[in-house]
Amino acid sequence: MKYLDEYRDGAAARSLIAAIERAATRPWVIMEVCGGQTHTIVRYGLDQVLPKTVELVHGPGCPVCVTPLEMIDRAHAIAARPEVIFCSFGDMLRVPGSQGDLLGLRARGADVRVVYSPLDAVKLAESNPSRQVVFFAIGFETTAPANAMAVFLARKKALRNFSVLVSHVLVPPALTAILASGDNRVQAFLGPGHVCAVMGVSEYEPIAVRHRVPIVISGFEPVDLLDGVLHAVRQLEAGEAKVENAYARAVRPEGNPASRALVESIFEVCDRTWRGIGLIPRSGYRLRDELADLDAAHRFEVEGVQTRESPLCISGQVLRGLKRPADCPAFGRECTPETPLGATMVSSEGACAAYHAYGRHLDAGPAAERP
Amino acid sequence: MAAPFGACPVQIGQYDRVVLGHGSGGRLTHELITQLFVPAFHNPTLAALEDQASIAVEGRGRLAFTTDAFVVSPVFFPGGDIGKLAVCGTVNDLAAGGAIPRHLAASFILEEGLPLANLRRIVESMRRACDEAGVTVVAGDTKVVERGKADGLFITTTGIGWLPEDRRLSIGAARPGDKVVVSGPLGDHGMAILSVRQGLSFDTQLLSDCAPLAGLAQVMLRASPSLRCMRDPTRGGLASVLNELAAASRVGVVVQEPAVPVRPEVRGACEMLGLDPLYVACEGRMVAVAPAPEVPALLAAMGSHPLGQGAAEIGEVVPDFPGKVRVRSSVGGDRMLLMLSGEQLPRIC
Amino acid sequence: MCLGIPGKVLDVRREDGVLMGTVQFGGITKQACLEHVPEVRPGDYVVVHVGFALSRVDEAEARRIFDLLAEMKALEELEAPDREVP
Repeated sequence: MKYLDEYRDGAAARSLIAAIERAATRPWVIMEVCGGQTHTIVRYGLDQVLPKTVELVHGPGCPVCVTPLEMIDRAHAIAARPEVIFCSFGDMLRVPGSQGDLLGLRARGADVRVVYSPLDAVKLAESNPSRQVVFFAIGFETTAPANAMAVFLARKKALRNFSVLVSHVLVPPALTAILASGDNRVQAFLGPGHVCAVMGVSEYEPIAVRHRVPIVISGFEPVDLLDGVLHAVRQLEAGEAKVENAYARAVRPEGNPASRALVESIFEVCDRTWRGIGLIPRSGYRLRDELADLDAAHRFEVEGVQTRESPLCISGQVLRGLKRPADCPAFGRECTPETPLGATMVSSEGACAAYHAYGRHLDAGPAAERP
Repeated sequence: MAAPFGACPVQIGQYDRVVLGHGSGGRLTHELITQLFVPAFHNPTLAALEDQASIAVEGRGRLAFTTDAFVVSPVFFPGGDIGKLAVCGTVNDLAAGGAIPRHLAASFILEEGLPLANLRRIVESMRRACDEAGVTVVAGDTKVVERGKADGLFITTTGIGWLPEDRRLSIGAARPGDKVVVSGPLGDHGMAILSVRQGLSFDTQLLSDCAPLAGLAQVMLRASPSLRCMRDPTRGGLASVLNELAAASRVGVVVQEPAVPVRPEVRGACEMLGLDPLYVACEGRMVAVAPAPEVPALLAAMGSHPLGQGAAEIGEVVPDFPGKVRVRSSVGGDRMLLMLSGEQLPRIC
Repeated sequence: MCLGIPGKVLDVRREDGVLMGTVQFGGITKQACLEHVPEVRPGDYVVVHVGFALSRVDEAEARRIFDLLAEMKALEELEAPDREVP
């Protein structure tokens, strides 16, 4: 497939690894922000082929993982209503609330459906006029235009049986929160390519300057990530701290102005709690007040959501790059993809889930050597 | 001779849909059996309408015996239907063990309201798959459940095959140095089904790979005298088969990811939905393990069979990390390939 | 985050006032919303996320890394090729 295959080419990857080896004279800690980037790193074993001087730590970039428990419980309460067709992206189905996940709810009779696109949920509302279709609108800035388009279309078509439960999160405030914490180890970021395709790169410049940290906007394929690491290492070695765009085939400096305009007309910035991290000011989107009639949280009164998290889980530290998944005593034991305890295990993009899916928990221990 | 199936002008009773009476054991049941099933699966054993089939036992050797239930939705999908699947699935389980499939029993659970035309089409498709596989349906049963208690119809098939005494294949027989081969591109069946599932549908020419592998399996057995084992990678895909192999044989398996054949259709759908083709089901592919020296002849023989056109070597058996499967990526790093946990769900991130 | 895959635009049309198109990914096609990439023409590639095109793929920018790698390779002629697979 064009624009994928060439970015997975072994020879190109080896050239970049050699260049990184030459460029890196001392140890550096680089965080890839996006869950999709984490997925590629673990899937292709990029961390195994990079020189020892480069340590990759995994960032908070999985919107499914960080969706607050309170919001998930709210989603479950709405999905359980008999008149509701509850639509969600697939990776949200296994995310546990305080009492089980959406798959379990479906098994108990709720009408929960996986959609590929929020626009499919709008179609579902059109074809099921007697049912209430609720779409769980989660995601980072990347997903915001598609979700905003669904709201825009539902409004334009005057669909009275469509609403959204919004729990959007924003990347720049999360990076600032990571950098501002006293125990931060991150020296450079591989920035979120698809977020920047929508939002542009300008929000990252003040972060790079204020915190003296290189930010290299990167793509999602092995060659993209290695190229991003090379740019980051060169900046670190030269004592620079600027925003570079290593994903220019998809990211324009100004992002996508039409998308930004639509998003602004539908959503407004709000404070948001991140599962595993806590409240980050101005780090989310919610529906604008004038669209409250399309807000599922208003349409379906949900009372007394009581949340409960596992005390064993260290996902907050994993999300901030302070700990690795295997550092957690519950990892691969009490906490697995089937029985996740916290944010980073709940979605396949979470660092713990990615490590688990690719068997990293089996690599280190004595079990690997036993004949 | 019964009339050729499909040409039968006689309406089954006065109904064009399955009604509860078709499962009553009375006249409607009898009509369904004598006018639909018996002519379709035309053979003397079934036509005798005894409560059991009696079949001759051939020479020396052993009986291979398996059963499988089929609940696929939708029941008609690109490249097949639940009937073809119900024959191929059981035939392939027999074939993978080295057995020559001989006879099937088929149980039908029909949902009230199922159009009889659909049932007829499915049964006819079963018959064609039986002809291709060289098996006959010699026993069967029909039940009808109320509307809403099944999804159109479910089929359970049980198969008997003959296992020549001199060949024993086992999932526990792989040894370090052996090679892993597959008979063709992976994931066609799973992705063909997904392409017509509500909510995730996409447009493609892709057809299910659903096919009876009895012939191919015999070709493989002849080409590789020391063939260790065969498995058809259905649910859980290649990943499940290789993990079972690694565990049972107490060996490691290394898969070279770039060598795994995957069609552009399956590739594109997996990229778009964020799925891994190594976990996607096939219903007409064989995975086999053979000693390295026999692999060239094995691949040549497979390639000469219509169902082995895309045969390829994809990995090897190693003494390291027994019980585990590793996949080496195009960039040289590798990852562990675990069994699928739960169903694969499309992801956004 | 944000699984975005490059696909080739096969056709472009308006549906309910919104720009939509058929986009090809490998051997399959899927309808995607092209409203925010109004400049695309059949044959162009777009990055699609959850059925929504985020941006058009810039061919010249896509080539840049491979041009750089070719240059790097030219500069490293002295170095013996290290092609063994571990």
